[in-house]
Amino acid sequence: MKHRQYWLANLRLVGILLTIWFVVSFGCGILFVDVLNQIQIGGFKLGFWFAQQGSIVVFVILIFVYAALANRLDREHDVDEDE
Amino acid sequence: MSQQFLIYIVVGGSFLLYIGLAIYSKANSTSDFYVAGKHVSPIANGMATAADWMSAASFISMAGLIAFLGYDGSVYLMGWTGGYVILALLLAPYLRKFGKFTVPEFIGDRYDSQVARTVAVVCLIVISFTYVAGQMRGVGIVFARFLNVDVTIGLLTGMAIVFVYAVFGGMKGITYTQVAQYCVMIFAYTLPAIFITFQVTNIPIPQLGFGSELADGSGYLLARLDQVVTELGFASYTDGSKSMTDMFFITMALMIGTAGLPHVIVRFFTVPRVRDARISAGYALLFIAILYTTAPAVGSLARWNLTATIQSGEVGAPEANLRYAERPEWFKTWEDTGLISFEDKNQDGRIQYYNDANVEFVPVAESYGWEGNELTIDRDILVLANPEIAGLPDWVVAFIAAGAIAAALSTAAGLLLVISAAVSHDLVKSVFNRSMSDRNELILGRVCAALAICLAGYLGFDLPAFVAEVVAFAFGIAAASLFPVILLGIFSVRVNGVGAICGMLTGLVFTTLYINAFKGMLFSPMFANVPENWLFGISPEGIGVFGALLNFAVTLVVSYCTKAPKQEVIELVHNLRTPRALRTETSHG
Repeated sequence: MKHRQYWLANLRLVGILLTIWFVVSFGCGILFVDVLNQIQIGGFKLGFWFAQQGSIVVFVILIFVYAALANRLDREHDVDEDE
Repeated sequence: MSQQFLIYIVVGGSFLLYIGLAIYSKANSTSDFYVAGKHVSPIANGMATAADWMSAASFISMAGLIAFLGYDGSVYLMGWTGGYVILALLLAPYLRKFGKFTVPEFIGDRYDSQVARTVAVVCLIVISFTYVAGQMRGVGIVFARFLNVDVTIGLLTGMAIVFVYAVFGGMKGITYTQVAQYCVMIFAYTLPAIFITFQVTNIPIPQLGFGSELADGSGYLLARLDQVVTELGFASYTDGSKSMTDMFFITMALMIGTAGLPHVIVRFFTVPRVRDARISAGYALLFIAILYTTAPAVGSLARWNLTATIQSGEVGAPEANLRYAERPEWFKTWEDTGLISFEDKNQDGRIQYYNDANVEFVPVAESYGWEGNELTIDRDILVLANPEIAGLPDWVVAFIAAGAIAAALSTAAGLLLVISAAVSHDLVKSVFNRSMSDRNELILGRVCAALAICLAGYLGFDLPAFVAEVVAFAFGIAAASLFPVILLGIFSVRVNGVGAICGMLTGLVFTTLYINAFKGMLFSPMFANVPENWLFGISPEGIGVFGALLNFAVTLVVSYCTKAPKQEVIELVHNLRTPRALRTETSHG
């Protein structure tokens, strides 16, 4: 039972992070690029910036956030590695 | 000191470093040979993964592609980085918990089937060979240009170098060599980018510079670039011309292909703990992102510099085009290689570079007295030529050479190791000769690596396309064959061996046939490669996603129609999902 709760919590974490992953890349960079391109920040059109810069930066942050939260989840559910 | 001499010194010095490291950390056990004995720190592993991952396609080809494709080139940027998120969140920690050596081994154990393992070996070999053949060609071209030798000799030299450190070093040797290669690569890539950004925009950070105003005060770089290229009949730089569907599918194919590439996945077997696997993926992507966020800056600046050199004034004014007789030195160097060529169609002694395939623009061009585009430039040379175009010192050019060679060699070595492990460990040892000793397995592994180098070198001689294209197909096949069954193997307890075998074969066969039908690598193309002929408007580069969906569907349907997996398999899956061992765990390595 303990492991089942851990697994569900883990799936929730992964689900939330993957939603962000999808929104910044496929959402901002491809599907809604024309709308976002109406907004200009410095020399960048926003949609273009997401496609060539923003999405990559968010990807890096996502993995580090995942690593921190997943490690915390392991400890909370007492399934972390004891080595 | 001549440029050529500097190149010899820098490239030669970097080789001594790599080979020294490979010999210093010589592999002594099968575990060292395959996965570096699981004692690599996450940061070192991250750098090695980054070097392994960033191949000739990333280093040489990508910025050039972006320069000519503009916004459309974003598929490579997002596709080749976003895959790490999937890898980190959905695969890496669980595969590390599984704790063995190879991807087919995971598939064989999880699906409790030697047949599934053998099919996985076949998929792995198809993927890795498609990929490595492209790399070997890249190696040949770079050696040929920078060491001033024939392409054949360039390729043979490259094969010999890969042989030394992949065969003698194994994964342990490769890991530290690749850390060194990463440092050389990233230095060689970012340094000229910083110089060039500063020259053009007065800002020394490429990531910000390409969104800034030009140093001459004539407006934002991207806005001016959009203006000039559209005046010459090209698609607007920041809008592109690919359909949204195709953009979506290519990006997705590259992402899940990344997560399904065996030589990348195997990296996460090499860290000590599950939590190191998670953070390793983060470091790997961080190190990759340094190059990938610089690349679009390099692309836009290269396009700007190139356009400004040839079209020095207002479009249409006769004096605004560069006189051929006054062409710069780098233009002549690359003309010698045949990768830039000029044909004076209107006999005015000046270079006109515009899009003569744009029907609407042709009458405009004719009114300027232009009779067709006169310049043919191979997009793959842009990164290599960039420092010369910007007039940077010779030692920068020498470092670019060393970086490009490091990129191609590190990936080739990683791939060859995966192939040799698959053949010796997954095929021969587990299927034909179970009692083989570790020592013999190690010898066999080295023999396989040597054979694989020869075959890859042979394939590299006459490829139908350049690196980036061939590499994109390897991703499509990885996405369609291995990724779905690995993912389902972790996230579903119900999928079984029969389902996985049917799924992998469907994905592999469908994707390979579709690519070949349009691109003709194994047989001649059956259809013209145009959007009207594509299935649902998906190009061969993006079809891997469709293959993956088929694979998922077939695996699930067949599994639910056949018997559920054995109790031990179900326990194995539950065990994968928690970092701590559930019961007594058999430890390997």
